[in-house]
Amino acid sequence: MTFDIALYLGQNGVTLAAIYALLAFALVLVFAVTRVIFIPQGEIMTFAALSLVAMRAGHPPLLAWLLVGLGVVAWLQDATVILRTGQSRRLLRAGIVYLAPPLFLLAVVYSQPLSSLAYPLQIAITLAMCAVFGPLLYRVVYAPAAQASVLTLLLLSVALHIALNSLGLLLFGPEGSQLPAFTDGSFQLGGMPVALQTLWIIGSSLALLAVLFLFFRFSLYGKALRATAVNRTGAQLMGISPAFAGGAAFLLAGVVGAWSGILIATTTVIDYEAGFVIGLKGFVAAIIGGLASYPGAAAGALLVGLTESFASFWASAYKDVIVFLLIIPVLLWRSMASGPHDEEES
Amino acid sequence: MLYRLPLIAFILALCIAPFMLHGYPMLMLNYVGLSVIVVLGLVLLTGVGGLTSFGQAAFVGMGAYAAAWLTTTQDWNPWLTLLAGLLLTTVAAVVLGWVTLRMSGHYLPLSTLAWGIAIYLMFGNSQTLGGQTGITGIPPLSLFGWQLTESWQFHILIWGVVLSIIWTVHNMLDSREGRAMRALKGGTLMAEAMGVNTTRFKIILFVLAAQYACVAGWIYAYMQRFVNPTPFSLGQGIEYLFMGVVGGIAELWGGVVGSFLYALPREWLHSHLPSLLGRSGSFEGIIFGVLMIIILQRAPEGLWPHLHRLWPRRVSAPDALSNAAAAPLDRRLRPARGELILQLNAVTKRFGGLVANNAISFEVRAGEVLALIGPNGAGKSTLFNCISAVSPPSSGSIRFLGKPVERCDSRKVARMGMSRTFQHVRLLPRMSVLDNVALGAHLRGRHSFVASAWRLDRAQEQRILATARDALERCGLCEKAHLPAGSLPLGQQRVVEIARALAADPSLLLLDEPAAGLRYLEKRELGILLGRLRKEGLAILLVEHDLDFVMELADRVVVMDFGEKIAEGLPQEIRRHPAVIEAYLGGVGDAA
Repeated sequence: MTFDIALYLGQNGVTLAAIYALLAFALVLVFAVTRVIFIPQGEIMTFAALSLVAMRAGHPPLLAWLLVGLGVVAWLQDATVILRTGQSRRLLRAGIVYLAPPLFLLAVVYSQPLSSLAYPLQIAITLAMCAVFGPLLYRVVYAPAAQASVLTLLLLSVALHIALNSLGLLLFGPEGSQLPAFTDGSFQLGGMPVALQTLWIIGSSLALLAVLFLFFRFSLYGKALRATAVNRTGAQLMGISPAFAGGAAFLLAGVVGAWSGILIATTTVIDYEAGFVIGLKGFVAAIIGGLASYPGAAAGALLVGLTESFASFWASAYKDVIVFLLIIPVLLWRSMASGPHDEEES
Repeated sequence: MLYRLPLIAFILALCIAPFMLHGYPMLMLNYVGLSVIVVLGLVLLTGVGGLTSFGQAAFVGMGAYAAAWLTTTQDWNPWLTLLAGLLLTTVAAVVLGWVTLRMSGHYLPLSTLAWGIAIYLMFGNSQTLGGQTGITGIPPLSLFGWQLTESWQFHILIWGVVLSIIWTVHNMLDSREGRAMRALKGGTLMAEAMGVNTTRFKIILFVLAAQYACVAGWIYAYMQRFVNPTPFSLGQGIEYLFMGVVGGIAELWGGVVGSFLYALPREWLHSHLPSLLGRSGSFEGIIFGVLMIIILQRAPEGLWPHLHRLWPRRVSAPDALSNAAAAPLDRRLRPARGELILQLNAVTKRFGGLVANNAISFEVRAGEVLALIGPNGAGKSTLFNCISAVSPPSSGSIRFLGKPVERCDSRKVARMGMSRTFQHVRLLPRMSVLDNVALGAHLRGRHSFVASAWRLDRAQEQRILATARDALERCGLCEKAHLPAGSLPLGQQRVVEIARALAADPSLLLLDEPAAGLRYLEKRELGILLGRLRKEGLAILLVEHDLDFVMELADRVVVMDFGEKIAEGLPQEIRRHPAVIEAYLGGVGDAA
């Protein structure tokens, strides 16, 4: 391997790492706040990327209909509880909360000339849809079992992944697609061509992570989420509703997942089932950080990205095998470092 | 015998099946049987052990590929390839288990996700294993010159394996090590305090599940006579888990029911959904995913418990209790009354800058009740954890029966003869009282789960159960032996915990707030029980809040406040001790 190739692989690895870091961040956040291991993150990525592809081709993305459907289910779930307690006025409020955002988005995608909108506007609509998608998934799938064990929540995640995966085939078809770069062109850096899109990916990922850091560090809502992550019951006693915290975590996960899906679709072809494997790589990164530490997850993302990039050079057929088996030495190291511990004290 | 009727009907149906079914339905039944083998492993892992794996299909694949590759390229005997496959899966499962099971419960399923994908990709990419086309031309399986090629022959093989797995697992769970496996769900703290090596049992469960999957894969390879990567994908691994969840993963028959309930509609949906939706592709995932979400939200225990209610259950006969002739296990040599049992010397525990226990020293002797009292936050529980080897002291020494134990783990001190109860009752609510108590005698038995699976442990098992009954009798709870522990009122549950500790035949009994939450009469009975145990020569250390209870019962009292020992003496001395009065009531000078 020449130095040039190493440099190129390194650049490619860091680009991948930037995306995995975003995913890992969202996974750690969701796990800390809700104890949900959010496997369907990968489907959010593909749904976002493929919805954007559909919009650019001038088709209203069917995701909007899925959102309306989820909103109806969420409303019905609440209605059964509300009707039992006989507070009919809350029925209307719940209807507005769950149905207004999906219906608004549905109206937007069917009223606007989608293909002639500016690229950033199309992206904004996609992000908005996923910002609604995340909390609705939480409300419909996870919230009814919020008190269940981590294991049950994990099974729910896998069930949701299976459902969304097949639904993805129904909504978007089996064809793979790619998105154009945000800005075309490249420049030379140390004798190596760097695409501007690479800068977009790394830069936006870093910027998003920085914004999230500031949000958690300084804003009241950020602090509320952190409090819930540290101690659910304690936070609840301080007036932070777990349902609110869960919804907020899933909103962030939806937006971050959608953004990473869009980023990755500008570098490679994405089809309805591509997200799962990419999402799992985000998991490997998050696990390297112990599912608890944000800097650890970022370091894990770097390790996963570089491993994948270099493995694709040496043994391209086995690159995913290598990335996924990376988890074994990493867990061995973690289990040696932390030693046995008791997980039941909750 | 009525409760056996469904089982007999099921076995009869299996016997008739080869005469009634031909062609595709017969094949289908064989596939369901193979799934059942895999799902039974998951019942062990998830239903019994509280762990889970999405990567079982990868183990099935390892069994199948080991058989295919070794017979076609290396000319191995098919039966030898089974051994090779089992060895391979065992090594893989031990490594995966050893790496992940020492950490929190969700690391195993997550790493099996990655594992499942990696192995599947490896099958598809390896040229040695034939890539996506796989390996063809596997010779038929033969047994004493008799070739297995027909569906009905495999029917006998597969369902024979299923029934023997059900029988052996049923036996295994109903034994000393089986109880230890079932205790895993109650949390590591309790199980370890009873001397159960929880990591070992978790790994055993995982390895067993992997081996069952491997056997299914091995049969599959010889039934199909070719293998390719598709049936060993992560998706298939997830489906196995779903089968268990649908049927009810907590029980063996739930796994059987689930496999039928899942496989048959799946087949139908797979062929009919695309035409209904007017598109090609597999859409059954939408239905199954949604169905699974609803089941997990509404009936996480699965369908089996609901089905099971339809016919009479086996009534646990109380007469089985009385006519058991087995003698309790031999007791260890009891220390003589007044002998030194436990000695604390300047035990200090720091958490960062906070000193929770500062240079605490005291002794407990055989045949006495020592009470450790103090206001909230005095550091009693911290000290209790140091003594029971849950967390080691920062400095100082603890000697138990003359040996230092401050660096031992809780299994070791349990083996030495220290037994404890918990402040928050830690029983296994669905297990019978007798089984809960028998768990306490875990360290006094020898037989492994392998012997139990084939019922070679019955003599010793009878003695363990006799020991448990003996402990229950000493505590006056004999007539509750066959009730689920969770159905008892709190007071009796605390007594069951004491009986469990007694079943370990301890020299020292550690009781963590045994009177908390008890009513007056229950407290009096508890006092009488502890008095009787003291008379038997047991050393008892109890941490307690209830002063009246302590003053009536204890021989000596140690009082702690703010991490310091402030007084030690006879109950009547403690009652008048100025420092104690100040700690409990506030000093006279403090009155504002």
